[in-house]
Amino acid sequence: MATTTTLAKADETVEYAARLDHVSKSFATPRGQQLVLDDISIDVAPGEFVTLLGASGCGKSTLLNLVAGLDRPTAGSIATDGRPALMFQEHALFPWLTAGKNIELALKLRGVAKQDRRAKAESLLELVRLKGAYGKRVHELSGGMRQRAALARALAQESNLLLMDEPFSALDAITRDVLHDELTRIWQETGVSVLFVTHNVREAVRLAQRVILLSSRPGRIAREWTVGIPQPRRIEDAPVAELSLEITDVLRGEIRRHGQH
Amino acid sequence: MASTETTPVQDSGSVEAGLDALETSATGRPTLRQTLVGKILPPIVAIAVVLVIWTLLYPVVDDPTKLPSPGAVGSAFKDAWLKGDLLGYIWTSVSRGLLGFVFALLIGTPLGLLVARVKFVRAAIGPILSGLQSLPSVAWVPPAVIWLGLNNSMMYAVILLGAVPSIANGLVSGVDQVPPLFLRAGRTMGATGIRGVWHVTLPAALPGYVAGLKQGWAFSWRSLMAAEIIASFPDLGVGLGQLLENARTASDMAMVFEAILLILFVGIAIDLLIFSPLERWVLRSRGLLVKS
Ligand SMILES: Nc1ncnc2c1ncn2[C@@H]1O[C@H](COP(=O)(O)OP(=O)(O)OP(=O)(O)O)[C@@H](O)[C@H]1O
Ligand SMILES: [Mg+2]
Repeated sequence: MATTTTLAKADETVEYAARLDHVSKSFATPRGQQLVLDDISIDVAPGEFVTLLGASGCGKSTLLNLVAGLDRPTAGSIATDGRPALMFQEHALFPWLTAGKNIELALKLRGVAKQDRRAKAESLLELVRLKGAYGKRVHELSGGMRQRAALARALAQESNLLLMDEPFSALDAITRDVLHDELTRIWQETGVSVLFVTHNVREAVRLAQRVILLSSRPGRIAREWTVGIPQPRRIEDAPVAELSLEITDVLRGEIRRHGQH
Repeated sequence: MASTETTPVQDSGSVEAGLDALETSATGRPTLRQTLVGKILPPIVAIAVVLVIWTLLYPVVDDPTKLPSPGAVGSAFKDAWLKGDLLGYIWTSVSRGLLGFVFALLIGTPLGLLVARVKFVRAAIGPILSGLQSLPSVAWVPPAVIWLGLNNSMMYAVILLGAVPSIANGLVSGVDQVPPLFLRAGRTMGATGIRGVWHVTLPAALPGYVAGLKQGWAFSWRSLMAAEIIASFPDLGVGLGQLLENARTASDMAMVFEAILLILFVGIAIDLLIFSPLERWVLRSRGLLVKS
C-alpha cells in the first residue's frame, strides 16, 4: 500500500485541485487500531466547491488534516495542486499581530517582497469587506470579522485549494448567512477550489456544487449529490430546503444504523 | 454560479457593515482624573496610614535603638543625600543587579528554549531547573565566596543562580502553553522549523516569558541583597546590602530603616518602571488584560 502525499509539479497540467486515492487513516488507541477513515477517494476539480458532510466525530477534520499535509494517511495517496490553505473553526489568527500583520505574515512566508505586502494585505481585507481593520488587534474584532480576517489570511496564501473546517459553526445565524454570501462571492471572484467541511446540511447545500456525505465509524463515502441550483442562493430557498431534506433523511439513516447493535 | 442576479450579495455587504458596527464596542483611554483616583491615590493613602501608625507607636515603644522615629529615619536619608552618598549606594546595587539580570537573560533564554524543545534536555535538567526555583538563593552565597572569593564575580554568580532558573522556566511554561492550533495554523502557512519558532512559537510564548523575566528580576534583586549583606567587603563599594550591614554593626537603627526602605523602593521602582509596563503591554495587545 502506497502512503504518499505528493505536490503536483508546476509544469504539469493538473486536472484536479486535490486528488484523494483510496485514502484510509487509523489511529493507535489503548483499545488497538481505530479505523477512522476507510477507502476515501475524492477528486476536487480546479475551481470546484465541494462540501464534506458528516455527523460529529466521523473523521471530517482528520480528512482535512490529511489533505493539508498536517498528518499522513495510513494507506492510499493524496495529491494536491500546491500547498493548500486551511481555515479552522476557531479563527486561529495570531493575537500578537494586528489583522493586517496576520495577513502580511502569510504573504511573507509565501515569499512576497516586503514593499508589496502592505498593499496586498489591504486589498485582501477589502475583498472580505474589512477595509479599515488593518491596524485592529484580533480581540477588537467581532466573531464574524475574525472569521473574515482568517479567510483573508488563508486567501493570502494564494493556494489553488482552500480547505475550510466548519469555519462558520461558532457564529450566530445572521452573521453566518452573510458570510455564506461573502464566501460564494469570493469563490466566484477568485476561482479558488474549496473543500468545505460541515455538519450543517443546509449550509452544505447552500454553498456547494457537490455535496459528499460521509458515514461514521469508519468514515466512508455514503453518497454524493450534485447541486444544480444557481448561485447566489439563499439558505431559505425552496430548492435548497428540498435537497437538504433529502440529504438529512439519508444522514439520519446512516446514524440510525449505529443504534441497531 | 452562472446567474447574473447579484442583489442578495450586494445587500449582504451593508448588512455586514451594520453587524460589524453593532458587535464592536468602542473603548477609550482612562481620563487623568480616573488614573489619579484609581491608581495614584490608594498607595499614597496606604503610606500615610503606615506613617501615622509608626508615629503613634514610637512613644509606646520608647526605645530609639529598637524603633527610630520617622523623623530620625528622614534625617538619615537627608544626611546621605547631602553627603552625596545616597545615589552612590543605589547605583552600586542597581548597576550590579541589572547587569547580573542581563547576564541571566542571556543564559536563561537559550537554556529555556533548549529545555522546551529538546526532549532529552528536558528529561535531563527540566526537574532540576524547576527545583532550583524553590532553593533560596542566599544558600549560594557561601559556596560562591569559597569558589570565587570576595569580589564582584561572586555577586554575579549568586544573581545568575537565582535568576536563570526563573527566566528559563518562564520560557518553558510559555512554550508549553502555546495553543496547538497556532502551531498548526503556522505550519499550513509554511512556518516550519526555525521559521515556525521565530514567527509562531516565540511570540506565542511571550506572556509566559515576560512573567518569568519579572520573577527573575525579583530573584536577582533578592539574591544580590543577600550576597551584599553576607559578603560585605569595603573594597567592593557600598551598595544597599552593605549599607544595611554597616548600619547593623554601628547599631544605628535609623540607618537600618533607611537601608531597608531603599532596598524595598528600588525593587518596587524597577518593577514598576520596567517589568510591569512590559507585562501590561504584552497582555493588553493580546486582549488578555481585562480592564476593571
Ligand atoms: N490524534 C488522534 N488520535 C486518536 N484518535 C483520534 C485522533 N484524532 C481524531 N481521532 C478520532 O477520530 C475520530 C474522528 O475525529 P475528527 O475530529 O476527524 O471528527 P470530525 O468529523 O471532525 O468531528 P467534529 O464534527 O466533532 O469536528 C474521532 O472518533 C476521534 O476520537
Ligand atoms: Mg472536526
